[in-house]
Amino acid sequence: MEEGQKALPQTPTEEIKAPNQDWRDEQIEIVIGNLLRIGVLFSAAIVFIGGILYLFEHGNEKIHYHTFRGEPPELRSVTGVIHYALQGHGSGIIQLGLLLLVATPIARVIFSIYAFIREKDGLYVVVTLIVLAILLYSLIWGHF
Amino acid sequence: MTVLLFTILIWIGSFLAGLLGALTGLGGGVVIVPLLALVFHVDIRYAIGASLISVIATSSGAAAAYVKEGYSNIRIGMFLEVATTSGALVGAFIAAHVNPSTIAIIFGLVLLYSSYLSSKPKEEHMVEAPPDPLATRLRMNGTYPTPEGMKRYNVYHVPTGFSLMFVAGALSGLLGIGSGAVKVLAMDQAMAIPFKVSTTTSNFMIGVTAAASAGIYLNRGYIDPGLAMPVMLGVLMGSLLGARLLVLARVKMLRTVFSLVILALALEMIFNGLTGRL
Repeated sequence: MEEGQKALPQTPTEEIKAPNQDWRDEQIEIVIGNLLRIGVLFSAAIVFIGGILYLFEHGNEKIHYHTFRGEPPELRSVTGVIHYALQGHGSGIIQLGLLLLVATPIARVIFSIYAFIREKDGLYVVVTLIVLAILLYSLIWGHF
Repeated sequence: MTVLLFTILIWIGSFLAGLLGALTGLGGGVVIVPLLALVFHVDIRYAIGASLISVIATSSGAAAAYVKEGYSNIRIGMFLEVATTSGALVGAFIAAHVNPSTIAIIFGLVLLYSSYLSSKPKEEHMVEAPPDPLATRLRMNGTYPTPEGMKRYNVYHVPTGFSLMFVAGALSGLLGIGSGAVKVLAMDQAMAIPFKVSTTTSNFMIGVTAAASAGIYLNRGYIDPGLAMPVMLGVLMGSLLGARLLVLARVKMLRTVFSLVILALALEMIFNGLTGRL
């Protein structure tokens, strides 16, 4: 028994652990990658539907992008957008799709918190929570 | 111009930008703002809002493909995201308080740097030195697969990389771009992270960074649904197609052409900024 163990190459323990760690990270990354792709395709579909509606409503109007007026209040906040989209306005539905798009990287951050908790990596749970706090601050209280 | 015609033209332009961006690896985001501002005379604030949205779409859309390569380091990514997201908040704040001409000039300078960077051959900055204590403490050192098996790499100069990433985030928030060029400077050159790891990690970070400024842009009314719709759909479809065509295309020639396009746009942005036309 002891003879057999000595015959194995002398590798430091971390050399053996490292690929294992990577494999686990890779599994997590695959889930995250798919999550992001589904999120993007879903939001693109909503933007497309809203876009068709928007073109029916406003397709013949003149464009106004040369001067900056800023969006109306109903298209400037998360709650406003949801309300406006539910009333069936094309521009509201597009904006809702765009909000879902913005939410996909945020979902990735939330999923990473779970992954780091599972790996019992307290340091990175804290790091990830800081990132999440910054993202939510911007989205919810983004007025300076 | 009617909304319908405008939407179709913007979609085609964004599709081509996304296609070329993916084929050349330079990203389509950098040309969206000049395209909208210089060609379609869109106010630069609407332009950076729409561009930022397209940056999130390409980053998240490409993530699944990048994951298959399996080299990204989520600890490096997450740690540096603290810098890029807080930088993005600062950048988006500055965007609201400087005049559009200044934004155009800064944009032109960043384009000049991107064009210079893409004309230069890439070099690995691998350092043969004992592991950096801070990087070790932050568990950033890792391994990545090579033809000769798993290879270890160490990460260095964490504070320098962190500071540069703050700048990258600020530029992203100010200009509505992914700031790939500054991220290369921080991760490849300062922190000595191997390309395969830095490219995939950086793609993940771009979406999160852009999401940080997107909230502020939304609240400030920079994100116009009528404009962002064709830009997002065009860039996304173009970049997804580009990623598929990548194996077939002769990229070197395209890369040269695209960097010349970027150079021309850079000069035009700076000129228009200086003469106050934007």
